[in-house]
Amino acid sequence: MKLKRKFAAALLAVATIVAVCPAGVANATEVNSYTYNYDYWGLEYESPDAYRPVSYTDGAALGITALKAPKSMFTRDNSLYIVDSGNNRILELLVEDTGLSVVREITGFTGETKVLNGEEPVLTFNAPQDIYVAENGDMYITDQANYRILHLDKDCNLIKEMLKPDSPLLDPENPFEPNKIVVDRSGRMFVLAKNVNKGVMQFEEEGNFVGFIGASEVVFSMADMIKKTFSTKAQRDQMIDFVPTEYNNLYIDNKSFIYCTTEVFEEADLDAGTAKPIRRLNSLGGDILIRNGEMPPCGDWQWGDAAGMSGASRIVDITAMDDETYYVVDRVRGRLFGYDEQGHLLYAFGGPGNQLGYFTYPIAIEHVGTDLYVLDTVTGGITRFARTEFGDLIHSALDEYDVGNYEGSAEYWEEVLAMNGNYELAYIGIGRSYLRQQDYKTAMEYFEVMRDDDNYSRAWKYYRKDWIENNLGYVIIVLVVLGFIPVIVKKIKKIRWEAKEQYEYESESKNK
Amino acid sequence: MNLKAKINKSAWTRYKESLKYALYIMTHPFDGFWDLTHEKRGSMAAANTLLILTFLTNLWAMRFTNFMFNDVRWERVNIWSQVAGILAPLLLYVVANWCLTTLFDGKGRMKDVYMGMCYSLTPYILITNPITIISNFVTMEEGAFLAYFDYLALGWAFCLILISVMQIHDYSLGKAIMAILFSAVGMMIIVFLVMLFFSLVSDAIAFFISIGKEILLRVY
Repeated sequence: MKLKRKFAAALLAVATIVAVCPAGVANATEVNSYTYNYDYWGLEYESPDAYRPVSYTDGAALGITALKAPKSMFTRDNSLYIVDSGNNRILELLVEDTGLSVVREITGFTGETKVLNGEEPVLTFNAPQDIYVAENGDMYITDQANYRILHLDKDCNLIKEMLKPDSPLLDPENPFEPNKIVVDRSGRMFVLAKNVNKGVMQFEEEGNFVGFIGASEVVFSMADMIKKTFSTKAQRDQMIDFVPTEYNNLYIDNKSFIYCTTEVFEEADLDAGTAKPIRRLNSLGGDILIRNGEMPPCGDWQWGDAAGMSGASRIVDITAMDDETYYVVDRVRGRLFGYDEQGHLLYAFGGPGNQLGYFTYPIAIEHVGTDLYVLDTVTGGITRFARTEFGDLIHSALDEYDVGNYEGSAEYWEEVLAMNGNYELAYIGIGRSYLRQQDYKTAMEYFEVMRDDDNYSRAWKYYRKDWIENNLGYVIIVLVVLGFIPVIVKKIKKIRWEAKEQYEYESESKNK
Repeated sequence: MNLKAKINKSAWTRYKESLKYALYIMTHPFDGFWDLTHEKRGSMAAANTLLILTFLTNLWAMRFTNFMFNDVRWERVNIWSQVAGILAPLLLYVVANWCLTTLFDGKGRMKDVYMGMCYSLTPYILITNPITIISNFVTMEEGAFLAYFDYLALGWAFCLILISVMQIHDYSLGKAIMAILFSAVGMMIIVFLVMLFFSLVSDAIAFFISIGKEILLRVY
């Protein structure tokens, strides 16, 4: 009885709030997502939303059968491709402001394949994992359970197919199970395959395998060396020599640099910066990701172990925008992290749950324009996030700085500060602008607030140089005076000593 | 000038002399520590002053070192745990060292050990304070050298402690090193005993409280 009354009271309260609030606030699309950032000490600070969930689209909303364990997404212009692994199909969706709609379902292709099921050529997919669509509409599909990579034209005619390469670099016992694929402008393919941990497999345009790139450097520790010295040959053979990182996802940006992510690392290595869960590879496989933040990009800086979630963020997908900001998705806590090109955390948002903007098991992230699309593999739905005014301001400030308009950038940062007084990058951005304007003292104040020692040191160097140049006269006078002090002290001591001698001599002669 | 004032003045002069003597010890440790106790050129007052200055130096360095070289979170600092963090190891060392050297024919009394330890802290005071000030006038790159001065201060102080053990107890170098090593072990034993004592006492108190409760419940 009591409970019912309470419920009624709560209902009444909600009704009042809805009635009183202006329509804009009560609007169902304005769902808040919990957004935060970290300060210098690694403490979380709540932040206004930079991205807000707009809509959630699943199979029912699209008018097709429900998605079953979808694994990957890809966007090209206004097309969104979804690899619906469990249903062995690929969906092409059209992205419009009003929402998503199905363009076509790709379940097979035409052409001559070497993969046979008995006598029948296999012209359908079996557990496809990833798709890459080239600018001309060619599709590259990793058809994992058929052990092949397919290259189709936009009308689903087979152009070529790649089976397991005949190479001594690959273990002959393991089947070739391609997982993720990206293709650069010249048609070179970069592939991640199951049970291959030597890096990213690189295929020529014609389809022949040329080797690996981006294998992580193996750090050989002192402890390992000592252990190896004292172990027998049999023991040594049992040890796993070195296990380089196995990547779990790839993304190729508009400058043909490949972003890769990995979830295999020791949590203890995160602080030291040796874990590197996110990397950006150049064409030689060198890691060129800039890590200028207090922590290298790695998702959450600190975490608790609760509600079945434990440990560091495990990043499963990444997407990079044209301004080189990039967004990653953490499968452990369903969170999204945005970074700028310098590796500073811009904002973190999202979380685990069933509401709009929260995820059960996010698996893929893509962007169209400034919107983010996140695919949940368990619920089989796509959540669209749109950037808020706060997010727009941050990106405008970053863009202005990139083109060299430091004053313009500072103006945007001022607006960001008005919305979020804890926003670290805003202070540093304004400080940098003052530094450019040669107002070193103000710049130092801004840097000191956020404990940016590098920039502070730079500003201080110029400030000190200016100060000495302006006050050179005084500096010289002070130095000269300091130089003379010992001489003067010596002189005074001598005079005092002589006076004392004189006095003692006189008093002695008086006594006599 | 009456007698009382004269005595006061001589006490003040003696204090000043003994404090100034710390500078001599810094540069002439072998001579200095011998005379410190055997010629009574040191004083307890000066030793206490040096200990307090050490603590203040530590505090000043925490507060006034430029943030580029300083990661102190002031909202997390507890002044009493700072005091304890400096005093406890030093005093433990004095006790442990005295206990040990008394058994192994050391000549020093506890007062001498204490004075030797306090006078050994002089280089830390004299080096850290200027470094704290200088840190506010240098850039990051130049500041890299400041760390070496910190090591210098601590290394110097440690050497002085070693020599103080040698001279005060009339030990050879090897014996002094052993004495310091075993003092460290002794410090740990003392800490262990103290913890054991407190846990036993708290258990005993809990026992009597529960007996009292039991009686109250049964009887009434």
